[in-house]
Amino acid sequence: MNQIRLSSRWLIGIIGILVTTVIFIIPFVFVFTMAAKDEKAAASLRFSWPENFRLWQNVADVFASRNHMLIRAFVNSGILTVCSVALMVVLGAMVAFVLDRRRSKLNPLVNGLILAGLIIPPAVVPTIWVMQTLGLFKTLVGLILIEVSYGLSFTILIMRAFVHTIPREIDEAAVVDGAGPLRLFFRVILPLLRSVIVTVIVVQSIFVFNDFQNPLYFLPGDANATVQLTLYNFQSQQRSSYNLLFTDILIITLPMLILYIFFQKQIVAGMTSGSVKG
Amino acid sequence: MSVGTDLRRANSRVGRASHPGANFAKHAYPLWFYLPAGIIFLTLFIVPTVLSFYFAFTRWTLFDSWFIGFDNFVQFFREPSLIGSLTHTLVYGVLTSGLKVVLGMLLAVALTGPVIARGYLRSVTFFPVLLSSVGVGITFKVLLDPYHGVVNGVWSAVFGGDGPGWLTDPKLALYSVIGIDVWKGLGLATLIYIAGIMAIPAEYFEAARVDGAGFWKIFRTIILPLSFPATSTVIVLSLIGGLRSFDLIWTTTSGGPGWASDVIASVIYKQYQAGFYGLSTAGNVVLFIVVTAIVYPLSRWLNKREAEL
Repeated sequence: MNQIRLSSRWLIGIIGILVTTVIFIIPFVFVFTMAAKDEKAAASLRFSWPENFRLWQNVADVFASRNHMLIRAFVNSGILTVCSVALMVVLGAMVAFVLDRRRSKLNPLVNGLILAGLIIPPAVVPTIWVMQTLGLFKTLVGLILIEVSYGLSFTILIMRAFVHTIPREIDEAAVVDGAGPLRLFFRVILPLLRSVIVTVIVVQSIFVFNDFQNPLYFLPGDANATVQLTLYNFQSQQRSSYNLLFTDILIITLPMLILYIFFQKQIVAGMTSGSVKG
Repeated sequence: MSVGTDLRRANSRVGRASHPGANFAKHAYPLWFYLPAGIIFLTLFIVPTVLSFYFAFTRWTLFDSWFIGFDNFVQFFREPSLIGSLTHTLVYGVLTSGLKVVLGMLLAVALTGPVIARGYLRSVTFFPVLLSSVGVGITFKVLLDPYHGVVNGVWSAVFGGDGPGWLTDPKLALYSVIGIDVWKGLGLATLIYIAGIMAIPAEYFEAARVDGAGFWKIFRTIILPLSFPATSTVIVLSLIGGLRSFDLIWTTTSGGPGWASDVIASVIYKQYQAGFYGLSTAGNVVLFIVVTAIVYPLSRWLNKREAEL
């Protein structure tokens, strides 16, 4: 009996390793080898180890190409991600806090809007029209606010469950000590939310940094492109140099993979928060 | 997602003694905390959604609009290139969701059991979730190249002859993109199932083993019914994602060849690019109706079944 279980443990494990390696690892290794080839070797699209290993040269070329466009794109994506996630966290936590603590006639409406934000696909052209009226179309500020409004629902949903676990006695003690609502929230509650805030920051950063559709609609144009857009434009403009295209993919993918190595626990917690309900 | 749970939670709170009094709530939890988030959300999400129900019935240049009744919708449902996108959207949503449920569940069962290298396997299946759709799309476009691609290279070596045109054959293109979508999103479904299976109390498994139940019996009588919350989450999440999906389709096939893999989201973009703003918005309204008509009743039904368990 034990022997059977022991061998099945190895059998399933080895089959699993083989299958996942072929399906998931090989595409990634392929990207890496393409990124390290010279232009001629990459053009054959074959899966082979680069004879002439020139990854670093390719990285330098990609960064230098088209007037250092990629550097500008990284700056844009950085500003976009940091600002929109920061706003989501603070504004979302404010809503989650009051929504959990206070029974008001507004609550059903707020709950309904959160649900709407999760399900409804955004109406694209009317959004552009509204942004144009407000002078926000084709501006980074406009795109930041767009990401905030699309990300708020999920943020509030995760945070409210966590706010619920903080005892109300803490609020009462703070108020007795003379804290107003702003001090109560920013000095007492927000610090207590730290672990869920880390989760929200990591998960939403991945969504915003990888977002393609919203920059495509709301921040078009080469001057202020995000990294995903430069990659997409790069593909249509330089069909011949596959090595540089894949170097670009590698550079853009790495930040999120590094994030995963450091924040694996938070990512897993955030992404599965819908499944374990209570 | 968990409408039912939220309602139940809200009701249970009504019974709670409100000893600090309503004044305390008014003082410590001011309603204006809703305002900053509310203003952004209403202006950039709710207002455009409401406006879409007007502009969908107009010919629209962004500066002027003329009311033209149902013309945009008539055109949407009459032109084969447009109406096809509706079927493709449904096929895409249902297939990606179904495949993620079945494969995610199987993988999760394997990865919660006694297996060597469990941590490695979990990490490897999950990492595509973190990749950008643009990067994944371009990579697979090259891997699936009909003449020089790696996949068809292997195909020729194993089966002989030329492999299929995965993304260039009109009959195959949509299904190839669905495959890529599952490749990218399977890790999330697996993760949700792993969390669901881990939440099942260990006593159930021990009791079953004492009774001499085999693997199949344990799977059918314990894992399958008790991981139902995970199933309903995976179904709802991947349906919402699948029906609205745009990125992968746009970066692999751009809806082509012809309009063989166009979904509603890509039609909205194409009509927007072409300057048909009214028609594009009508596509948005169709997508709105498709998503809410499927997801809302489904999630309510799933929540009800969950409560009965």
